[in-house]
Amino acid sequence: MRALLFALLLLADFKAGVFDPARPAPDFALRGSDSNELKLSTYRGKVVILGFGFSSCPDVCPVTLAVLAEARKKLGAEGNDLQILYVTVDPKRDDAKRLKEYLSAFDPTFVGGTGAPEQLKAVRDSYGVFAKARDGESGFSHSSYTYLIDRAGNLRALMPFGHDSDDYVHDVRILLKQ
Amino acid sequence: MLLAGSALGLTGWGALTPVSSPSRDEVFEIPKGTWARRMAGNKVEILPDEIRLTLGVRDILVLMNQDDVPQIFGPTLMMPGQSFRLPFEQASSYQFACTAHASGQMTILVEPFPATPWARIRFRVRELFET
Repeated sequence: MRALLFALLLLADFKAGVFDPARPAPDFALRGSDSNELKLSTYRGKVVILGFGFSSCPDVCPVTLAVLAEARKKLGAEGNDLQILYVTVDPKRDDAKRLKEYLSAFDPTFVGGTGAPEQLKAVRDSYGVFAKARDGESGFSHSSYTYLIDRAGNLRALMPFGHDSDDYVHDVRILLKQ
Repeated sequence: MLLAGSALGLTGWGALTPVSSPSRDEVFEIPKGTWARRMAGNKVEILPDEIRLTLGVRDILVLMNQDDVPQIFGPTLMMPGQSFRLPFEQASSYQFACTAHASGQMTILVEPFPATPWARIRFRVRELFET
């Protein structure tokens, strides 16, 4: 009966795009905004939403982070088993302190990651995330989606930009039950 | 007279018969050997710059990597043998950064379900020309 329930949960319809088969989410070690080393594997046992952006982003990042903060709030106590990680694409400006200030404005539990440019590029490449400095501007063009990682550390789904907090709540609940 | 009657009948059918599809999946696949062909200097285009989907008819984008190496496909990195299934529920234009395209962007245009007679005719005419 439990196996059947588990199989049904695996087949549950996500609002996000789903990878099949899921692969282990690439681990990384960055400087965390909480002053600790930020390793994805530290959060094994929790559902992780991983996003990429930068604190000076005028449009996509604040919207995404506000939606994620709202989703975490809607999850109530279940939200304790959800961790939001946001990795910067702008290490020149986003040091750990700045990331902490920026992310705390949305939710104090959010953790940011920064590091050397080549370190961050290696993380982006391992996830297929795109980021490029805009010509003549201080900003970046970057992938606007987030990744959903299950408790076992598998990269399960990709949520495109534009989904609301209810969609995140829906998918996170599926992952939390597994 | 017969021709006009047939045209009228066909238009009536196209306008009044509800649109349906045996599968809601729009599938794009990287075939085996694509990476090797690219490395050999061949230009291999798999995903168009713009993908058009229709809610309730074909509204699930399915990407499959059948090649032997990981590849950036559409918005994401896909492992060999991996598929990615992305459903759409809102009619809108979705932009994805995609390094596989010269423009660096891929657009997925999701249109509403063809609920009116005119929308059904338009949908069927477009299907006819695109297939």
